[in-house]
Amino acid sequence: MTKTPDQINHDLINHDLINHDLLRPVARVSARFFLVVAMLGLVVLAGFSAWGYQLYSGIGVAGIRRPVFWGFYITNFVFWIGISHAGTLISAILRLANAGWRRPVTRCAEVITVFALCIGAMFPVIHLGRPWVAFWLVPYPNQRGLWPNYRSPLVWDFFAINTYLIGSITFLILPIIPDFALCRDKFTGWRKTLYGLLALGWRGTQRQWHRLETAMHIMAIVIIPVAVSVHTIVSWDFAMTPVPMWHSTIFAPYFVAGAIFSGIAALIVAMVFLRRFLHLEEYLPSVCFENLGKLLLLMSLLWVYFVFAERLTIWYGNHPAEVSVLWLTQSGPYRYLFWIMVACNFLIPFPLLAIKKLRTITGTCIASITVVIGMWLERYLIIVPSLSRKFLPYAWGTYRPTWAEITITAATFAGMALLYVVFAKCVPIISIWELKVGMREASESTTSVAAVSRTRPTASGRGEHGTVAGVGFNKTHRVEL
Amino acid sequence: MSRTASLYTMCPDADAAQQTVDALLSAGARSEDITVISSEPFDRYEFGQHEKSTFMPWVVVLGAILGGALGFLLVSVTTKSYPIVTGGMPITPGWVTGIITYELTMLAAILTTLLILLITAPLFRWKQDPYDVQVADGKVLVGINPQEDLRDKVKEVLKACEERAERGAVS
Repeated sequence: MTKTPDQINHDLINHDLINHDLLRPVARVSARFFLVVAMLGLVVLAGFSAWGYQLYSGIGVAGIRRPVFWGFYITNFVFWIGISHAGTLISAILRLANAGWRRPVTRCAEVITVFALCIGAMFPVIHLGRPWVAFWLVPYPNQRGLWPNYRSPLVWDFFAINTYLIGSITFLILPIIPDFALCRDKFTGWRKTLYGLLALGWRGTQRQWHRLETAMHIMAIVIIPVAVSVHTIVSWDFAMTPVPMWHSTIFAPYFVAGAIFSGIAALIVAMVFLRRFLHLEEYLPSVCFENLGKLLLLMSLLWVYFVFAERLTIWYGNHPAEVSVLWLTQSGPYRYLFWIMVACNFLIPFPLLAIKKLRTITGTCIASITVVIGMWLERYLIIVPSLSRKFLPYAWGTYRPTWAEITITAATFAGMALLYVVFAKCVPIISIWELKVGMREASESTTSVAAVSRTRPTASGRGEHGTVAGVGFNKTHRVEL
Repeated sequence: MSRTASLYTMCPDADAAQQTVDALLSAGARSEDITVISSEPFDRYEFGQHEKSTFMPWVVVLGAILGGALGFLLVSVTTKSYPIVTGGMPITPGWVTGIITYELTMLAAILTTLLILLITAPLFRWKQDPYDVQVADGKVLVGINPQEDLRDKVKEVLKACEERAERGAVS
């Protein structure tokens, strides 16, 4: 049942083979799956325990002290919101650009968005210390006369993140509906019933297909500005405050670029693991990694540009408070983290991604792992040094994370992996129908002889306005004439 | 095309489905009575061209405008309802109003898209049209709810198409 990617692309589409290969991870549950779930679940449980301890004992068990009131929790918040840009934004751009290689990638990416957003959105609540009053952030009239302060960027966050989350879930769910219908038709028993309900009565009429594609096109257009706005607003959480090195106009594009950068890296890492453990080598070909690697290289260069522009401007401006933070990170106590960040985000990935021979699946995976680490450090270095060196020396201080913060941070990574693993076990992680469309289009456009042989009876001439496969159909039509 | 079809045939691929649809049309069937069901979109085929026109984008634009208006009202009504003393400064400046308005515009566009899809596709209708699980294997179902006077003729056409498909499969 194995074929090389080239054979798959150029053969007539073998529906049985594709269905078999891509439904296999959903149909079969191995002991290894339960082992992985148990291990990840334990780490997540440890995280919840740490949070429970924090709730019981008070926020004092976290390392946040005056003047550094934002530590690991807000670092994680910004990091995970950034990771969420992997999916929806990249998927939407590739859909609108009609990039053929996107087809196996889009769902892997969109899932990351939804789960990363859910995890990211937890952190302001964890950071609150008293999460039972989190609903005060929601704008509703109440007897206390408390309405949210619309001038606060945190309220903007509420609107932006919720819009993005709803949009991302919609963007993920829409193309899954036909695959749920496929699962309904292929499975038996309780699974058939379950997937039948999830398929929402999908049958695959041409009307349904057209409405679905129109909806997905609209969503792709709408979700791009929403995604950009989300990380712009997250950056404004910082840029709207007069804290050294935060109050900068460059922050919005810098954050958006950083988010896409870390998002692509997370996507590549996820795809490598999926490819390896779900045996999807034929469906996640090296060209996907090659192209994503090029995108990652571009974003790495853009990241260097932003970091350089930001730091040069501060150095040249020579404002005492800002320069103090600048040197704190470059040659002060935070220098190790800073130079590790530079190595992870540029020095290591650049050769791996720029040299064609090194831009292999392994190469892009190594580069991506370093970028994920580097981008987490970047978020940390944006937040903590600035808060520890404010304008006046009496407001200077230090920050050290506690075991509770570290455990919760580790648990979020495990939680992300756990959600991803469980999702890949419940839903085909590659959009099957989109893959088939892509293969059909590829085979039709590259094999004109095959297209000629698949003649289309258009005796009435009604088919002239629709081409079967571009070049192929035109030739067919001429043959018939 | 029709929403209920009483006769159907399974075609091995989209080309055969197009042949069947053409044959049905030649026999006098109306295009709105024919339903084609497939496991992937075939919008480059003639049968995939029907019902392509949709007002969905315009409804989404309308929904977005309404959402934006709601966002604007949310901020401005709050300002009027809770007039905090700010020394003459606006409680919610235009910049802020713009951000909330923008986000709710986009949210409304997303929700409208989803709603219109559910209504016009249409989804949530479990008992409609003929259906065959062979669609999942790449076959294309061509169904028709013919007028009574055409029923026998349509049956003949579908049978002929099936035989042609079988011959093709054998050869």
